[in-house]
This record gives sequence, C-alpha cells and structure tokens, in this order.
Amino acid sequence: MTMPTNGLTVSTATRIPLWKIRLKLAWRATKTSWATFAESPIGLIGLGVIIFFGLFALAHPILMHTVWDSSTYDPQMGYDMEIAFHPANPSARHLLGTDPLGRDILSQLMYSTRYEFVLGILSAVVTVVIATTIGAAAAYYGGLIDAVLMRLADLVIMVPFLPILIVLSSLTEVGMFELALLIGVLSGFGGNTIVIKSQALSVKVKPFIEAARIAGGSDFHIIFTHLIPNLLPIALLYMMFVVTSAIFSEAVLSYFGLTTIRMSWGIMINTAQTQGYLLRFDTWYLLIPASLAITLLCAAFYLVGRALDEVVNPRLRSR
Amino acid sequence: MENQDILVNIQDLSKLFPVGGGIFKRSDVFVHAVSGFNLQIKRGESVGLVGESGCGKSTTGKLLTRLINPTEGKIEIASAQGVIDIASLRGKKLKTFRRNVQMIFQDPYESMNPRLTIYDTVAEPLNVQGIGTIVERETRVSELLETVGLTPATSFLFRYPHELSGGQRQRVAIARALIVSPLFVVADEPTSMLDVSVRTGVMHLMQDLATNLNVTYLYITHDLAVARYMCDRIAVMYLGKLVELAETEELLHHALHPYTQALLSAVPVPDPTHSRKAVQIKGGISKPVNPKPRCRFYDRCLLADNSCRDSPHPELEDKGNNHFVACHKV
Amino acid sequence: MTDNVLEVKNLTMHYMTRKGPVSAVNNVNFSVARGESLGLVGESGCGKTSIALSLLKLLPDNADIKQGQILINSKDIVPLNYAEICKLRWKQISMVFQAAMNALNPVYTVEDQILEAMQEHLPHLSEAEMDRRVDELFKLVGLDPKFKDQYPHQYSGGMRQRAVIAMALSCEPDIIVADEPTTALDVIVQDALLKRIRKIQEKLNMAMIYISHDIAVIAEVSDRMGVMYAGNLIEMASTEAIFHHPIHPYTMGLMSAFPSIVGDKTELTTLPGEPPDLLNPPTGCRYHPRCPYATAICSQEMPEYREHEAQHFAACWHPRGEV
Repeated sequence: MTMPTNGLTVSTATRIPLWKIRLKLAWRATKTSWATFAESPIGLIGLGVIIFFGLFALAHPILMHTVWDSSTYDPQMGYDMEIAFHPANPSARHLLGTDPLGRDILSQLMYSTRYEFVLGILSAVVTVVIATTIGAAAAYYGGLIDAVLMRLADLVIMVPFLPILIVLSSLTEVGMFELALLIGVLSGFGGNTIVIKSQALSVKVKPFIEAARIAGGSDFHIIFTHLIPNLLPIALLYMMFVVTSAIFSEAVLSYFGLTTIRMSWGIMINTAQTQGYLLRFDTWYLLIPASLAITLLCAAFYLVGRALDEVVNPRLRSR
Repeated sequence: MENQDILVNIQDLSKLFPVGGGIFKRSDVFVHAVSGFNLQIKRGESVGLVGESGCGKSTTGKLLTRLINPTEGKIEIASAQGVIDIASLRGKKLKTFRRNVQMIFQDPYESMNPRLTIYDTVAEPLNVQGIGTIVERETRVSELLETVGLTPATSFLFRYPHELSGGQRQRVAIARALIVSPLFVVADEPTSMLDVSVRTGVMHLMQDLATNLNVTYLYITHDLAVARYMCDRIAVMYLGKLVELAETEELLHHALHPYTQALLSAVPVPDPTHSRKAVQIKGGISKPVNPKPRCRFYDRCLLADNSCRDSPHPELEDKGNNHFVACHKV
Repeated sequence: MTDNVLEVKNLTMHYMTRKGPVSAVNNVNFSVARGESLGLVGESGCGKTSIALSLLKLLPDNADIKQGQILINSKDIVPLNYAEICKLRWKQISMVFQAAMNALNPVYTVEDQILEAMQEHLPHLSEAEMDRRVDELFKLVGLDPKFKDQYPHQYSGGMRQRAVIAMALSCEPDIIVADEPTTALDVIVQDALLKRIRKIQEKLNMAMIYISHDIAVIAEVSDRMGVMYAGNLIEMASTEAIFHHPIHPYTMGLMSAFPSIVGDKTELTTLPGEPPDLLNPPTGCRYHPRCPYATAICSQEMPEYREHEAQHFAACWHPRGEV
C-alpha cells in the first residue's frame, strides 16, 4: 500500500518539530477554505466592504494628525468657526458637511467606524464563547444540566431582545463596552446556544467520542479536543450574524437615546433627530451617510456569513 | 479450562434500560438488553458474539469497555495487577485500567475525529494516559502504523481521515486500539462496512496481530461467515441471552439450539448450485421489554411446548466437547 | 433475441464535480429478457447504483449521460423529457431502494401510497378493483392485508421493504430494479424476503435487475449476473458460470475472497491495493494496477468487452490469467 507523501514527514534523523507541522497543516486548511470562500462573489463583496470600513476607521487618526485641525474636525468637540450657519452643506472643507452642532460629519463617520467594529466583534466573541461552552456542556452531560441550561435559553428567547436592552439601559448606564457584553450574553444564551447544542448532539453520538472515552479521556478532554473543535466552524458562521445584529441593535438603541455612547452611527442619526432635521431632504447628509454605513457594514458581515456557510456546511456545496 | 488461562470472566452480567421516564419520574418498564450473561474468554483466544440486530451484542461490547455501566454482574479481567472486577471501577482506577481493554468500531468514517490528524488519533490513548514523551509517542505511532500495513508510516502520520480509504481508516482504528498494548480488544463489526476486496486484508491483519501480539478479541458480528474465519469459538445471543456457545466448526456443523439452526440456514451461500435447508422459525424479532420469565425464544420456536412455557429461561448446559446450549429440548 | 425488455448500449455517464468529471459508468452493454433475473455485483462506487438510476432517469442534476442508449421495450429513454419518463415509471419499469423508510411517505398509510401510484397509472380501474388489487399485492409480498391501513413507522424493517416491493409491483411493470433491498435487514428476515422476491419474479414473469455488493445474495436470486469494477462491466454470464468458471481476474479474486459457512474452510485471498479514484481512472484496463496477471498491454489499452465463451462475456486481456 503506497501513496505519495504529502511533503510532511517525520523521521527520527531529521525531525521537524510537531508545532511546525501543525502550523503547515493549519495553513493548508486555511488555503483550501479560502478557495471555497473565494468562489462565491457575495463573500468577496462582503469582505471587500469590511476591508473598506477597516481602512476607513484606520484613516481617521492619521487624518487627525496630519491634515485635520483638531479644534475644527474633532468628531465630538470640534466646531468650525468659519462657517456661520450649521448644519452646512458639503463643501471642499467638509466633504459630507457639518452637523447642527458644527462638527464634521465625515470625521464623525470615520471615528465611529472603529467603535462599531469593536462592538460587533466583541459581542460576537462573547456570544461564541458562551454559546459554544453552554451548548457543548448541555449536549455532553444531558440530564439535569441540560434541562436547566435549556430552560434558561428558552427564557432568553421568549423575552424579545430589544425590549430587554431598552429596560436594562433605563436602569443602568450603558456605554459601548457594556452594550457589547450585553448583546453578547443575550444572543449567546438564546437561539445560538440551541443551534450549537443541536450540532453538539450530533457530534456527541459519533463513535470517536466513545473511542476517546475508552482511551481514558476525561470529560474535559473530550469536550475540548473532540466536541468544541467540531462546533467551531458553525460557531464562526453564527458569529458573523451576531456582528450584524449587534451593530443594528446599537444603532436602534442610540437612535432612541438609550445609551450613554458619545459618538456612533446611531448617535449621528439621533443628533439629526433631536435637532429636528430628521425628515428633511435638504440636509440629507445628516442622515444618509450614517444610515448607509450601518446598512453596508451589517450587510457585509451577513454576506460573509452566507459565504462561510458554504465553507462550513459541505452539504450546501454544489458537488 | 485452567483458571490462570482465563483472561476475561464475565459473570451474570445484566443491563436494563428504562423505557420512558425522565428526570422526575422513574420508569418501571425496562428493556432487558443483556441479562444473566456468562462467558469466559481465554488468553489469546478470539470469541465471536453473533446475533441479529437488537439482540444485545453491541450492548455487551459497551459494557465490557465500560462505555456504559452494568446494572449488575462482574467483569473480571486478569491483568498484571491481578484479577480486577472492572464492573465497579470508578475514577482514576478506571482510567488506568482502560489501557487493558480497547475497542475497534464498525464505521471507519465516523470513528475518527475529522479534525485530528492520523498521528493525533492514534496517539490519543498515550496522550490522555500520559505515557511517554512526544518523541517516544511519535516513534511508537510510526511503528504501529507500519505494523498495520500503512507503509511508509511517515506518509500517513499527518494526513486527515478523509484523505484515506475505508480500509486504510480501519487499519488506523486498529492501530489506535493497539497502541497501549491492551490485553483485550472488543471489535464491534470491524469489517462490515468494508468492501470485499479490502475486507480480507483487514481480517488477515487482525488474525496476524492476534498471534504476533497475543491480543484477545471479542469479535461482535452479525455475519457468521466472517465469524467462521475470525473466531476460535462462537457465542450466539438472542434477546439479551446467550443461547449457544461452542467452538466455531462445531457450532457451524452441529448447532443444537433451534435459533442457531435457523440462523445458520438463513445465511446466503455464495454458490448458486447449493440449496439451503428451509429456515425453521416463526414470527419476527421483538424487544425484550419486561420479558416473561420463560425461554426468550419461546414465541418463535417450532419445538416449544407447554413445558417450555411453564419453566424459566434455560441455563447454559454443557453438552460435552465444550459445547454449551440453553434449551429445554436439547 | 427479440424478447429483450431492456437493452443498454454503450452507456457512459459522468458526474460533474468541482474537481472534474467522475467517470461513474463507462461503456456498459447488457440486456435483460422477459422473465429473467439479472444480478449486478460490485463494490461501493463501482457504478452499479448509477446504472440503476440511469434506467429510471432518476439521476442527480450533476450527472451527464455522455453517450449510449437505454432501450426499454425497444424505446430509447435517454432523450425523453421528464413528463415522458414519468409515464414509463411504474408501468414499464419500477425500482425498490435500499432505504425503505425513505421510499415511503410517513404521513400516509401504506394503502394510500399504493393507491396513489395506481390512480396515476391505471386510471381505468374502478375503486373496488383497486382495493382488491391492493389486497392481492399484500398477499403476494407476504404481508397480511389487515396491516394495509397502518403507517410506515408501525411496520418493522422487513415489512416496510415488502410494502415497497408491493408498491413497485402495483402497476405491473415489465422490469423491476432492486437496489440492495435486503442489505439493512437481518439474515432471517433477508432470507424470507429473498425467497419471496424470487418467487414473485418467476410467478409474474418479470424481468428483474438485482443490485448488491453481496455475491451470496446474487447467487440466490439471479439467473445471470454481471460484475462491475470502477465503472466498467467486466464480466457477464450465467450465475453458475461466473461462480464456477470466472474469466476476469477480479471476479476470480472476488469469489475466493468471499467467506462462506458451508463447505471446507478455504484460505481467503486478499486483493492487493484499493479501488481506483474515478476522477482519474487508470489507463487501459482499470483493474491493471491490482491485477496479478497484468502485462504492458493492460496499462495501455482498454480490453474489449466480448464473448469469450458461449454467452460468457468479459473484458480482459488475460482471461483466467492466460498470457
């Protein structure tokens, strides 16, 4: 029985350390996954948009240190004295105009992007960590642990997401960080846990789990080497959708003025509203840039999620 | 049979599964998956456990590897530390003892974690038991892969299961089971998912390993023809009970229990000119849910009469020639 | 032979995959006469199921019939469209699958499902006639008609498979294709079903194509049998001739690798190597990398499938190992 070697060999004479081989294997797996991902145009479009926003966010501090004068262009404290009346229409000085408080809209938009990313990714990570551990534990142990955790999940699902946030934000001060944690915990405990648990149940009954137990593996070993690695791809997929919903939720809450966030895309819309410019076509620059940014970034993460679905679920792949 | 020769001594092993019930409600209906199971397996011997699906043969395998806990009974294994009853082992002792009993699974596609390389899969028992250094483990894994016919081992070590064929995967599964040098291996239908052209190779490999490494097998299968080639003795199970036990050729040619006879006459023969005997059995297989105390085979037996109806399930009786049968009518 | 209900001529079929075309069926020729039972044996991935699916045109979307004809009652079905094929299914050719539970709809009673097929294809029958026919079918396959208004999940595995056979027989097809119908069953149930299938086939004088990986099962049910390897039909003859005088080295190996519980315990031979990858099959004879008799020509040219002995066809350069 001979087969061509795949270039990764270990011989006692010239030993390549294990970690190097693992790194190489991981790199190869990434390349194949990328090839599948790159086949779908929607994934590439989504990724392109995300990269654009990433650069957009990075450009802000650079611009602030070079061309933009901080007293005029600071997204929160800036005020352009040279213009008599704010909000001002787009001009060479202010590409997207200024808001009713005399601040540059482009600067606000760029500055907020950074926080939108932090919010989305932080809440997604929290969600994945919670959903994976809880889902895996509920599926693996079953019985009472499963029953308690699943009733908890039912409870979170039963109470709608936004109203909870609204109630909580009225009780305490909700900043960007708290909001990220909150969204992460809530979406982690709810539907995502159940999705991950159902996946975990199908992995749990595979004979390789029994083989690991016969080898003498502890519950901890089985959950972390066998169960969770097989859940991570699907968890990653749901992470993308959590990012979308986190950014959206933040926008809604900020629009209603329920957060103590000082600057974000939601806050920009909120400012337009509180100053009475909400439904006016002539001051479109107060609304459209922020709304468009929310829509684009949400859609981008969603599209990436859809494309990842093809990588993660081979059943969806066209043969 | 001399006592020191016995490696595995199973006594009155039973497993009842509750039907229905839940966390707050105890069930009083039980499936008697395995009941009153007695079997001695000698060192170096291969015993076949044969029966239809649902007869409890896989449950027996899971009990012997302690994947599930027995309801009652003893599983004594003569290890280097003396005779140990593994039915009641817990915690750390159980973990250490697992080195002695390993298992080979039926489905080579599902018995390996798709995200682990062959090296990680085979080395797992060493890894969790903390045996050897990383270099030693690698050498041992390479050696064993070559032993099971995956040569050169270096070209297989860092492949993933999906890159291997069914026959190759089953060889990897055998290597994983043997890496801790177990005394006893439970093989649950290890060849039933393989194609004929690669099946013989795996069967030969298991036989060679039995002789060379002195491995003792319990070979669980539904296929009597494969059991004939793999086993020294065959035990036939019916609805959780052992009904007949004899040396392989003796059982195939002089089966005494009416169920064994029916089973044998139902096996298709790869010869168009051979005409088989008619199968002497009635009805279909059921589940042993709270079974009546009489012979389990009563409902399907053509020989059964009133005395079978009124007496309890027959015990295994020695009919000479190492041939044991549990039947009132023999 | 003019009484052939089915003729397959030069059938070649590929599955298109993202890695390239998989040559699943390659230039296969065979025919089945009325009242004849033909067995097709081969390992997983050898193309036997693909042939069965081609006969009913039940192929998945990525399958592509490259060339060849499938003549059912002398009519080529390859160019037919979906609606035309549907008219042929059940009445002229029907199929029994391995997974009986998937072939039955869990929300209808077994009787309703059989009636549905009959209403579609035998509209001239009155309701009473149909009812009577369902009873007859149940008796034919060895099921008690009193179970007919039960749901599939109330049946055991063997009963379900019998119900599926009853359904396949409902419109009196000329040809029935059985793809591993007994593989998931226990031996005692399998035995009863095999005997029943054989009896029905002879009684109704139907043509049957029985597909299995188990040569012992094929030996029980077929008059003639074909052996497939890696998409090619490599040998076909009467079942007895294949078992007792095989020509192709693969068939020879297969016969001696198969264990039996009767007769002397002979040494089982091992076929070296593994079945080939059909994404890029070996050149020449597809068996040559594993064949003990292979010579230079085997790796260069595909051997012709021809009649070596009377009614004994094979595709091999070195029949029975002759040089």
